[in-house]
Amino acid sequence: MEFVLLIFLPVIFAVLVPFVYKKIKGIHTGWFVLVVPLVLFGYYASFLPLVMDGGHAISEMKWIPSLGIAFTSYIDGLSLLFTLLITGIGSLVVLYSVFYMDREKEDLGSFYVYLLMFMTAMLGVVQSDNTMTLYLFWELTSISSFLLIGFWYTKDKSRFGALKSMMITVFGGLMMLGAFILLSIMGETFSVRELIAEAPELVSHPYFTLALVLLLLGAFTKSAQFPFYIWLPDAMEAPTPVSAYLHSATMVKAGIYLVARFTPIFGSASTWIWLVTGIGLLTLFWGSFFAVKQTDLKAILAFSTVSQLGLIMSLLGAGAISYHATAAVFGFATYAAIFHLINHAAFKGGLFMIAGIIDHETGTRDIRKLGGLMSVMPISFTVAAIGSLSMAGLPPFSGFLSKEMFLESMVALRHFELFNFDTWGILFPIVAWIASVFTFTYSMYFVLKTFMGQKKFDQLPTQPHEAPIGMLISPMILATIVILVFFIPNVIGKWMIKPAVMAIQPTLYANPSAIDIHVKAWHGFGAAGLWLTIGVVAFGTLLYLTIPKWQPLYRMQPDSLSLNNGYDAMMRGSEKGMNRVSRLYMTGKIRTYLLYMFAFMSVTIIALLFLKDAFVLDMNSFAAITLYGSLNAIVLILSVGFVVFAKSRLAAIIALGGVGYSVALFFVIFKAPDLALTQLVIETVSVALFLLAFKHLPALSTHGETKRNKMVNLIVSLSVGVMVTLVALSSHSQKMIPSISQYYKDTVKTEAAGGNIVNVILVDYRGFDTLFEIAVLAIAGIAVLGMIRLRVSRKEPTDENE
Amino acid sequence: MKTNDVILQTTAKVVFFIIFLFSIHIFFAGHYAPGGGFVGGLLTTGAIVLLLLAFDLRTIQQILPFNFTVMTAIGLLLALGTAAGSIFFNVPFFTHAFSDFDLPLFGHTSLHTAMLFDSGVYLVVVGSAITIIQSIGGDD
Repeated sequence: MEFVLLIFLPVIFAVLVPFVYKKIKGIHTGWFVLVVPLVLFGYYASFLPLVMDGGHAISEMKWIPSLGIAFTSYIDGLSLLFTLLITGIGSLVVLYSVFYMDREKEDLGSFYVYLLMFMTAMLGVVQSDNTMTLYLFWELTSISSFLLIGFWYTKDKSRFGALKSMMITVFGGLMMLGAFILLSIMGETFSVRELIAEAPELVSHPYFTLALVLLLLGAFTKSAQFPFYIWLPDAMEAPTPVSAYLHSATMVKAGIYLVARFTPIFGSASTWIWLVTGIGLLTLFWGSFFAVKQTDLKAILAFSTVSQLGLIMSLLGAGAISYHATAAVFGFATYAAIFHLINHAAFKGGLFMIAGIIDHETGTRDIRKLGGLMSVMPISFTVAAIGSLSMAGLPPFSGFLSKEMFLESMVALRHFELFNFDTWGILFPIVAWIASVFTFTYSMYFVLKTFMGQKKFDQLPTQPHEAPIGMLISPMILATIVILVFFIPNVIGKWMIKPAVMAIQPTLYANPSAIDIHVKAWHGFGAAGLWLTIGVVAFGTLLYLTIPKWQPLYRMQPDSLSLNNGYDAMMRGSEKGMNRVSRLYMTGKIRTYLLYMFAFMSVTIIALLFLKDAFVLDMNSFAAITLYGSLNAIVLILSVGFVVFAKSRLAAIIALGGVGYSVALFFVIFKAPDLALTQLVIETVSVALFLLAFKHLPALSTHGETKRNKMVNLIVSLSVGVMVTLVALSSHSQKMIPSISQYYKDTVKTEAAGGNIVNVILVDYRGFDTLFEIAVLAIAGIAVLGMIRLRVSRKEPTDENE
Repeated sequence: MKTNDVILQTTAKVVFFIIFLFSIHIFFAGHYAPGGGFVGGLLTTGAIVLLLLAFDLRTIQQILPFNFTVMTAIGLLLALGTAAGSIFFNVPFFTHAFSDFDLPLFGHTSLHTAMLFDSGVYLVVVGSAITIIQSIGGDD
């Protein structure tokens, strides 16, 4: 079967969703939607045995063959891992949403359409081998994320968050497109696999570093790395199932995927290693440090997601060192990155769902109002505790294993001697360790402040109680996975992680089983990771206990210096600046705009004729002067003079009609009946139109025209006249290519079965032109209707944000 | 001031039908002789404008109770549909088909998908021209 088509299964199903939602009112639409990710998960899981042995599968559907653009589904260890995450977490999220989204109150039709659209987009991102379709799907994830964040579009904050995320991620997407175009120029292909095969030659290309930076901009904006992370906290306005799915488990990992996928091409560059590792670590620290400042449960989780994404990013950067140093510990880093990615999806997905449950059952997410929920929500507490402890890196939870591998990798960076790492390398383990301490602190802060401590139920909007079991199923499954992975890490490693590592570093290993990594919880007392973890717990606990003392320190940072403020100022500034620029030349008078157009047109064309020396005059091809012709020309000139010098507008309009009719007479003289007919009718209708509009127009004398702009008008109209005359004479005098009319004469009967060439040209030979012309005509008609009839009253606000 | 336009109104009633029928004739003749959907549409518009000048907008809306915006849309869809229809026969977009038929009333007739396209053009021209005229003329 062509499994590339399966990428489109969700979006095709999305077409049906509105009908299901409209027709079947008794059953929650989510139950029908749930089928899609479940089926896909089952199907894609069947690829596991193939991929485990280092194999891959390809399925292709041509799209634009002439440009080499195709939908190619390439399944190897890395894309399969992501695919399973998307469909697996997707199933759990849809199940959770069935209980979270109210059937009566919410617009489920739109919600599931957006969600399914996202699923297709995300599957497309991770499976596409063609960079152009990868870009297409990439932007589609931004758009569906925009729609989902703005799902409650009546709230100001939702719209703000949606726009912000779109602005930042689409900016990154465009940068990434630039990288893809540069890559296609360098490697002459859009295929990622072929680019990877050419990687050794690409490194020395002059565009290499530029492409690298552009690609990383795409990855960093999507994966919320410093300083682009600011969109993620605002994206928390989305319904919680969306936050759990898009903004922690899948979409924000698209940047990670991109970095992992392109490591074989760029990984050997020092810029790559420094940027990915450095920005990753900075983000890790920044996110964990500011997570403790937050008071909204989802905001804490958002900052923690930012920080965890930084962690994975830095591991990928460190993993790329294995191209330069053979020490096994660097291969270790890539392994840890993938391992942590899986763990993070599991525990963070669960934590988001718990945050949603708390919001749902207590009516608030403000951590200052919450407390003592453990006794009323024991199951939620258990799940939250498992997730948080795993996030903090404690045994017996999966996060412990990957966190320890992370610390080991960072310590190992000290021993790397290229690219100045011997001097600066010491910074990496220090920053990593401090960030881990803060991670521990915010994990405790999240779970303990909410579930332990004083009961403050009287401050809550609703009386809290345990969530319905349906809502708890998904987080419970995720919590089970978190524990299970701790006990069987090497099974997961064999089935999923090693094939993915193999896909990231294909040149280093012959097959996935050649990756010699065995994950253990206990390395003995000599292991650095153990002591670092103990240090993290000790200092983390200390910090947690003293939170009330040092939390106010965050207020020392003035609001005017925050990144968010920078973003706001940029948006406001660009809006105001563009407004000012527009006002410089937009007078609101149509005659000014016509002046711009005519002046520009005549200047450019006359200049071109002059510069290219293109003007040719060949008197021989002219028709002979006849009596009728000259009489008609005199009438024409007289009418034009009358139009210009008429004292009343009515006279000018009638004289203008006279101009048109005498042109029509010329068509008659030169035996062009179709043109004559059309010209006559057009002239009649337009004069009638003029007369209709007549009563709305001001009198000619009160037109508000000064001498100066009459002068300008004269110059512009003269130059337009000169331009048209020159072009007409010149184009008539020189025939660069033989006239096409003979071809029309020959084929009008045989090819088009017609007799009148003019009309056959309109409907057949150049039917495209006509199609677009009538489209323009229709648009013009509707525009006039819109401007005159459907005018919004000036008193009503027109801006949605006012 | 109340104008006396009996002559205009009486003539317009007759002339409207002459122009209108002529426009239909021109429309159908288009493929072999001067004419076609564009000119036909404009002529029809001209005929309606004549009525408009003789009577007022409200009368016209009573005589011709069409929604001209919808007419524009139908015309555009017809033209686009004719062009796109060729895709289903596995020939390039905009390939026209034609053949001769022996029809009961018309005798030997040549039928052409270009005619469908042209009627789309006709409808768009009439629809949008009248839409514009109604919008401007009716803004009192």
